[in-house]
Amino acid sequence: MRYAILLLGAPYSHQAAHSALRFTRALVERGHEVAGVFFYHDGVQNAARLAAPPQDEPHLVDGWTALHAEHGVPLQVCIAAALRRGLLDEREASRHGKSGHSVAPPFELTGLGQLVDLGLRCDRLVAFGP
Amino acid sequence: MSEQDMPGGELLVILRHAPHGSSWLREGLDAALVAAAFERRVSLLFMGEGVTALLDGQQAGALEQKGTAPTLAMLEMYDIDALLVEDEAMRRLGLGEDDLMLPVRRVGGEAIPGLLAAHQLVLNF
Repeated sequence: MRYAILLLGAPYSHQAAHSALRFTRALVERGHEVAGVFFYHDGVQNAARLAAPPQDEPHLVDGWTALHAEHGVPLQVCIAAALRRGLLDEREASRHGKSGHSVAPPFELTGLGQLVDLGLRCDRLVAFGP
Repeated sequence: MSEQDMPGGELLVILRHAPHGSSWLREGLDAALVAAAFERRVSLLFMGEGVTALLDGQQAGALEQKGTAPTLAMLEMYDIDALLVEDEAMRRLGLGEDDLMLPVRRVGGEAIPGLLAAHQLVLNF
């Protein structure tokens, strides 16, 4: 089956982020296609490049990055939700005159239209939220 | 509402949060507006405290955010005319249709599974 994932919960605040990553991994391990993971609402925090959790806890940002590296799953972040929460890639940081950036590839800032498109072209969209 | 006039479409956005206290309502509405701007057929279902989004006479509020009432007022421009409210929530909050800023259709709990099934994609906020 072709799946899409919508993540609405911030990392380490709610189970949603952990569950979404584990569920997505389970999907690809079972041979399903994951057409994309979309990060929206507080879920955009999962794209924070500077996240530094204690070493004995799962590193969720690295977890998503590894999933992309191993299986090519697109990681799409809502640009409007990200910008107002301080999550900017290099291009947005320079556009807004900020001295550093907090989002880096493989996470990509994109519009909400991508979420609708993803949801409509997949067999299932599974949402994780608080 | 009978089975026949149940609105269907590509996207159903369910709104379950009141305005002002969190960004759930605003971000849910944003998803609906974007889908409609891409010419998808969109329905909105206000459930639970989400029905208070439609209360007439709202102001922007003390948090200096824009508020969601102006967005709701624009729905018609986006051709979003299927506005559904959960009957039970209206009764529980003591609200009538006269209290709301837009014309709505009330749906009973028994009609909601059919409504979900009539849409290709459901997003829940």
